[in-house]
Amino acid sequence: MELSDLHDIAARERANRPPVEIRCCSAAGCVSSNSPAVLEELRGAVQSAGLQDRVKVAAVGCMRLCCQGPLVQTVPDGALYQKVTPESAPSIIAGLQGGQVTAERCDAAAPFFTQQASVVLENSGKIEPERIEAYIAVEGYHALHHVLREMTPAEVIQTITRSGLRGRGGAGYPTGVKWATVAKNPGERKYVVCNADEGDPGAFMNRSVLESDPHRVLEGMAIAGYAVGASQGYIYCRGEYPLAIERLQKAIKQANQRGLLGTDIFASPFDFRIDIRIGAGAFVCGEETALMASIMGGRGTPTPRPPYPAEKGLWEMPTLLNNVETFANVAAIIRRGPEWFAGIGTERSKGTKVFCLTGKVVNTGLVEVPLGTPLRRIVEDIGGGAPDGGTIKAVQTGGPSGGCIPAEFLDTPVDYESLAKLGSIMGSGGMIVMDQTTNMVDVARYFMEFCMDESCGKCVPCRAGTVQLHRLLSRILAAEAGPEDMQRLEALCQMVRDTSLCGLGQTAPNPTLSTIHYFRAEYEALLQKAGPGQRRRLPLVAATDNSR
Amino acid sequence: MSVTTLTIDGKLISASQDETILDAARGAGIQIPTLCYVDGLSAHGGCRLCLVEIGGSSRLQPACFMKVAEGMVVQTDTEKLREYRKMIVELLFAEGNHVCSICVANGNCELQTQAMDVGMDHERLDYTYPQRQVDLSHERFGIDHNRCILCTRCVRACDELEGAHTWDVAGRGSNSKVVTDLNQPWGDSPTCTSCGKCFMACPTGAIFKQGATVAEMDHHRAKLEFLVNAREKKQWHV
Repeated sequence: MELSDLHDIAARERANRPPVEIRCCSAAGCVSSNSPAVLEELRGAVQSAGLQDRVKVAAVGCMRLCCQGPLVQTVPDGALYQKVTPESAPSIIAGLQGGQVTAERCDAAAPFFTQQASVVLENSGKIEPERIEAYIAVEGYHALHHVLREMTPAEVIQTITRSGLRGRGGAGYPTGVKWATVAKNPGERKYVVCNADEGDPGAFMNRSVLESDPHRVLEGMAIAGYAVGASQGYIYCRGEYPLAIERLQKAIKQANQRGLLGTDIFASPFDFRIDIRIGAGAFVCGEETALMASIMGGRGTPTPRPPYPAEKGLWEMPTLLNNVETFANVAAIIRRGPEWFAGIGTERSKGTKVFCLTGKVVNTGLVEVPLGTPLRRIVEDIGGGAPDGGTIKAVQTGGPSGGCIPAEFLDTPVDYESLAKLGSIMGSGGMIVMDQTTNMVDVARYFMEFCMDESCGKCVPCRAGTVQLHRLLSRILAAEAGPEDMQRLEALCQMVRDTSLCGLGQTAPNPTLSTIHYFRAEYEALLQKAGPGQRRRLPLVAATDNSR
Repeated sequence: MSVTTLTIDGKLISASQDETILDAARGAGIQIPTLCYVDGLSAHGGCRLCLVEIGGSSRLQPACFMKVAEGMVVQTDTEKLREYRKMIVELLFAEGNHVCSICVANGNCELQTQAMDVGMDHERLDYTYPQRQVDLSHERFGIDHNRCILCTRCVRACDELEGAHTWDVAGRGSNSKVVTDLNQPWGDSPTCTSCGKCFMACPTGAIFKQGATVAEMDHHRAKLEFLVNAREKKQWHV
């Protein structure tokens, strides 16, 4: 494979493109609302209208407005259709010949689309994720070629450092620094690992990227492999993402066949293999040390850091661990330059971030915005505000490790530091909007239940502490708790945060602490409601959940 | 091997570079409470009793894992740590069914000792009264999961010293428990060599010798370290 081969493939792809393309979303959101049948109908209608030479029906990735799926778009006119059914689909083809289109139109000029940015999702909903040629036609793997032939590993790391990219898994660690650390740590082998164990409730950014543009992640990993000196990569994908896994497998196979992964890539001495490891349903395996234990075939439980993976990771070797979205940014940074990337976002948070907007909001789906975008623009302009005339009460970010940001802080810019200042975190990108009907104690209890269920059981504070916290929250919610329970709740929250072994336990109290901080009145109202006389102890029954 | 100097509880001490804070502290006569740690086995880091404060870091670190470093300032016994340790022991008591007065390990139990050391005079949390099982299928030993604190000492002793790896952990969170082989009765385990190292390692009365009385529950935990020293350092004189 040479650069000219890439150009040839891209040219052929462009030459074979019919004048009209009908794009039908084939990512999991639309698949669940029957887009495979829509796709089938569209293809059938093209056949029966005899338009095969003029019209191509393409199964593309996510078009972001998941709540209105299945989405279909005709190109080049850009007409977008929502909630397309197998019945209404053929009318879109008829429309091309001047017929009446019965499919519901979606306003592609709505703020939901126009206020968004496109870096990570630049190809999403535009190219066919299952064909490597489609990716190559949009300059795919050109960055890898450039890196292997024109740059030294140190220059690649410098480029990433200059871009200001920070880890998109949630913690926001500077990616360039991490790469440099792995590159400098001595080891006879090194590894690159992509964390695709996305598990926060309400988060599906990584799934969308993997289903819509899998080659982008592979290219980013290969560039990282070259930069840090690794020849083996692993993608740790959660087992609940069968479609993402299938597309990744296909993508890896195609890249191997084309010589874009494997040995002597682009006729250079650089070898890079990528294998997939599939999670078995444990949320804790998204924690890096547990993830590595799982890759190595052990029980997915965390181990204390230090040593960090960059020093001693997989099989005690230096290991680079980054999130899907982090890798998805890499090729674009190489292609368009670090200055371009650093020009997006704020002083300390560069680039864009993909969020999953869900909950009590009109437009739910995938949102990519420059970092530093005010929260209000995301939930009110892009999201369309609360449905049915409701008012937004709070926005939960960062899933079970994050916090609730009350409506009075909606003008906060969304970047790593501003969210941390409000007691929440950026997290991986889940953004759950809550309206006036939401009980914040219930929210805290829900997330605590999630952490309790997902605790691996290795360390005492997380294993036993979350059980106690969940009981206290349940009792407060049921108006059966007194002020001393509230004190105990706060003390225990601090203790679990300070003493747990890994990030799961350390951050498990965050939703509770943040709701106590901003919505203490709701807790107190429930304590008042219980009253001194009514306070009951829970019955003495087995509570560690044989019933669960 | 180079030597570093560090301060633990205001005391200037020297330690070799690859030592943990726990080793260094013990060498200097400073006791840090532990429960999942046992001499001779790898560190686990699960009980969190040995957490210490390290100057310049806001995060507490387990002394059994954390390596010493030059100029490190360690606090092992602050008010915050004492309160957290007490809560950890309370969490353990609330999580299982620990009734000292009818336990075969009464007087020989590390959980009980820790409870006394941290000054736990009553339980501030709700007992959860889990329904757990007792396995008496093994001809010599038994396990009462009600008394298990999931320290995984048995798992590590069986794996690292005996090489049988009969024990492991199954399940997750508060539903996790130690199992023999593929979660089958201990007596049916084809890998168990009946060596008794799990019994020696167990800090509570969870793993016991059948037919033993309270007075006979001395666990010989030092034997594990003796075995490791004899094998690895060729030191077998006690």
